[in-house]
Amino acid sequence: MPRLSLWAVRLALLYLLIGFAIGACILINKGTGAFPTAWRWLGAHREFLLIGWMGQFALGIAYWIFPRYRGNHRGDTRPAALSILLLNAGIAMVFIGTFWGLPITLWGRALEAVAALSFAVYAWPRVKPTGA
Amino acid sequence: MPTIVRWYVKTALLYLALSLTLGVLAATERLGRAFEPTYWHLFAVGWLTHIIFGIALWMLPSYTRERPRRSDALSWAVYLALNIGLLLRAVAEPLRIANGGRTWGLALALSAILQFLAALGFVINVWPRVRGPRRPSRQEKA
Repeated sequence: MPRLSLWAVRLALLYLLIGFAIGACILINKGTGAFPTAWRWLGAHREFLLIGWMGQFALGIAYWIFPRYRGNHRGDTRPAALSILLLNAGIAMVFIGTFWGLPITLWGRALEAVAALSFAVYAWPRVKPTGA
Repeated sequence: MPTIVRWYVKTALLYLALSLTLGVLAATERLGRAFEPTYWHLFAVGWLTHIIFGIALWMLPSYTRERPRRSDALSWAVYLALNIGLLLRAVAEPLRIANGGRTWGLALALSAILQFLAALGFVINVWPRVRGPRRPSRQEKA
């Protein structure tokens, strides 16, 4: 597995764990009232799991698995690396924005959007028949 | 496709059908409030998480030649915990929303713990498989 995929997948697994932990607290609170402040974490729960875990896991695996170019390389990997960097920065900003009520959620989402675009531009030509 | 992977993927497909069917109820005014969270979680945890877990177990670099998926016992434990937790939620949450009651509340707490333990078990099991080229087994090293 290439280094970028390593980073993306390991980060995704950490988001999975944290996202499920937050979700568990919210659900326990729903059932028992044990963690009354847990609802504050709902935005983080969604962002961590949908974008951090599922989205990033898919990106990491796609970078690894997609057909390579002739010469067995993955092309200019900088847009892919940039996308992982921006995605995680975006998630952090969305989390800080939703948790502390700071006006940076929009910018976090914008970073995530740029990350998605960057990866799509990088990966598009690798969606091809193997060997082509 | 190994047996455990087939169980994850087929279960995922069942949840896909179940969640989107429940989505019809969740879209109604009368039942929406009770079924909306269940619908989303049957989709996200039931369908998406199961399919990702299953394909990851199958496709990630092998742990060793002798134990490519590291621990199938742990993967089965994860499967059971995730499904018992999720199905418990699917039953308890609408009833808790509609009727209240301590029993359903405690069932939700148990559901939460089981689902978290499932995620923990999965991460523990696959983490060493997220690596570069395969390392030699003990026998190969010796």
